[in-house]
Amino acid sequence: MLKSYLKLAWKVLWRPKFFTAISLFGICFTLVVLMVASSVLDHVFAPQAPEVRQGRTLGMFRARMTGEHSTSTSMPGYQLIDRYARGIPGVERVAAFAMPQTVYSYKDGQRIKSLIKRTDAEYWRVLDFQFLEGGPFTDQDVANGAFVAVINATTRDRFFGGPPAVGRTFEADGLHFRVIGVVPDVGILRLVANGDIYAPLTTAKTDAYRRELLGGFGGLLLARSTADFPSIKAELESRVRTAPLPGKEWTKLIAPAESLFDFLAGNLFSGRNEDRSHPERLWAVIIAAMLLFSTLPAVNLINLNMSRIMERASEIGVRKAFGASSRTLVSQFIVENLVLTLIGGAAGFVLSALVLRALTASGLIPYAHFALNYRVFGYGLGLALFFGLLSGVYPAWRMSRLDPVQALKGASR
Amino acid sequence: MSTMIALEGIEKVYRTDRIETVALSDINLQVPAGEFVSVMGPSGCGKSTLLNVIGLLDEPTKGRVQLNGSAVQSYRDAALAKVRNREIGFIFQTFHLIPDLSVVDNVEIPLLYRRMSGAERRKLSLAALERVGLTSRIHHFPSQLSGGQQQRVAISRAIVGKPRILLADEPTGNLDSQMGDEIMHILHGLQKESGTTIVMVTHDPRLADQTQRTIRLFDGRQVQ
Repeated sequence: MLKSYLKLAWKVLWRPKFFTAISLFGICFTLVVLMVASSVLDHVFAPQAPEVRQGRTLGMFRARMTGEHSTSTSMPGYQLIDRYARGIPGVERVAAFAMPQTVYSYKDGQRIKSLIKRTDAEYWRVLDFQFLEGGPFTDQDVANGAFVAVINATTRDRFFGGPPAVGRTFEADGLHFRVIGVVPDVGILRLVANGDIYAPLTTAKTDAYRRELLGGFGGLLLARSTADFPSIKAELESRVRTAPLPGKEWTKLIAPAESLFDFLAGNLFSGRNEDRSHPERLWAVIIAAMLLFSTLPAVNLINLNMSRIMERASEIGVRKAFGASSRTLVSQFIVENLVLTLIGGAAGFVLSALVLRALTASGLIPYAHFALNYRVFGYGLGLALFFGLLSGVYPAWRMSRLDPVQALKGASR
Repeated sequence: MSTMIALEGIEKVYRTDRIETVALSDINLQVPAGEFVSVMGPSGCGKSTLLNVIGLLDEPTKGRVQLNGSAVQSYRDAALAKVRNREIGFIFQTFHLIPDLSVVDNVEIPLLYRRMSGAERRKLSLAALERVGLTSRIHHFPSQLSGGQQQRVAISRAIVGKPRILLADEPTGNLDSQMGDEIMHILHGLQKESGTTIVMVTHDPRLADQTQRTIRLFDGRQVQ
């Protein structure tokens, strides 16, 4: 029966070509927008090189100190990570990195703008950069405050016109660094791994950061397994609670271990005195936005489908007369609509790939490489099926309710 | 001979906000298995409504419908669909073939709603088309056929599932007399060879005379 449905679906597709074209355009456009949005979200949040161990990594991205009259929210300080996150049971490694700073260099009279990210040596062990040249700096380099740097491929090209770069020196922010490694570019939206220049923490112009509880750093806690997450979070919370606060006006400090997604949700949705991050609210907003964006074209598609169905009233009457139950007719029409949406989805998929390629090539988001990987393909397929069901179920139900006698007369009541 | 169709006190009233139209009133009818019955009467007298009630496409306002001894009227949608699929074949005046499907695909329609392999469906459909002499046109589309050929396809579709009842609503109404005779010849053959019970609505007394019994309706009432 499915073969027969598919055969008919294919033929129906060509009948009112104008309606089909409008339907396909609507489906295609909707899916392009949703898939591009999915791809961007995937690029920001999903595990990808060098964050291949993201699944068992918790981050420390926010700290909040509250008092009776005031609240101070920022990134955690180095001291908070160094003193309170290390040695937690279940944590294999703890890495600290400073938020990237913009630095300027001059070469042949040209100003080069770069982002420098200062990290410890553990950073290179928590993340998994595939080095194009050389390797990372070591604990010794960090301890010695060595002016060595890992740079990304674009920075190599800017400073040296291409490989090799290892062993060569460059100046940034008035400091001279020797290149010891080159890594691929990482998209600027990847908060943890992005940077043009990676240098040891100890090359900072001052060591004041070592004493700060709040400000400018992120931490990465690589757990043995995700099963350890709850205990790690609880332990970190209890340790942070013991941190001496800088004044009597402050009564509480929190610096949760969480995913980047939870961090974003926390920034957007947590109340002033609330510790929870509410990722479910962020999910709800994302899903609601996608639903809203799907629903409007789906409503249009429902109207188009109703028109198409009513043109086929006589066929519906015949099918009922020869033994099709309402349920069978609903299935038939849903299959037809799914065929339509999957064709629109396939076109949307191709168009999305082109849009993403153009977005990547435009350099609008530096170093971002947007692509349709299997996850985005999965989202797209899911969205196409969802869209097909959303726009097909009601017309199918209406169709199945047609009075067979009226339908045979070609009426749609 | 057992009774294939039994109608008892059938009434069909169409109601709108303003008017009430009585389409059928106090119809009592028994058709034995294997009988070929015609239904005649002026336009609007309720002939097609009667056929729709027998064919379970329309529900009577009052009265009882029994097919082959079963009170089918109380059946729900799925059960009614099953009875229509297994027991009844329809032939319409305007053929009602699906324009997007080939001849053989049109004939297969009733079999789609049975548990049956594609190969078996195809075999039965070809046999039904052979019975009406249309095997050379199986891949044609309805628009490529003459009226008589389209009606023969419609008959194949009606008989492919080997129903015990065939309901024909003016099956020759859109055909010239020669084509009409051909169709009648096929229907008679079905009745004789397969013992199919046939109820045919017609305006043509010449065709009614060829059936075993004629039921006459006037203003929704059975007058003979």
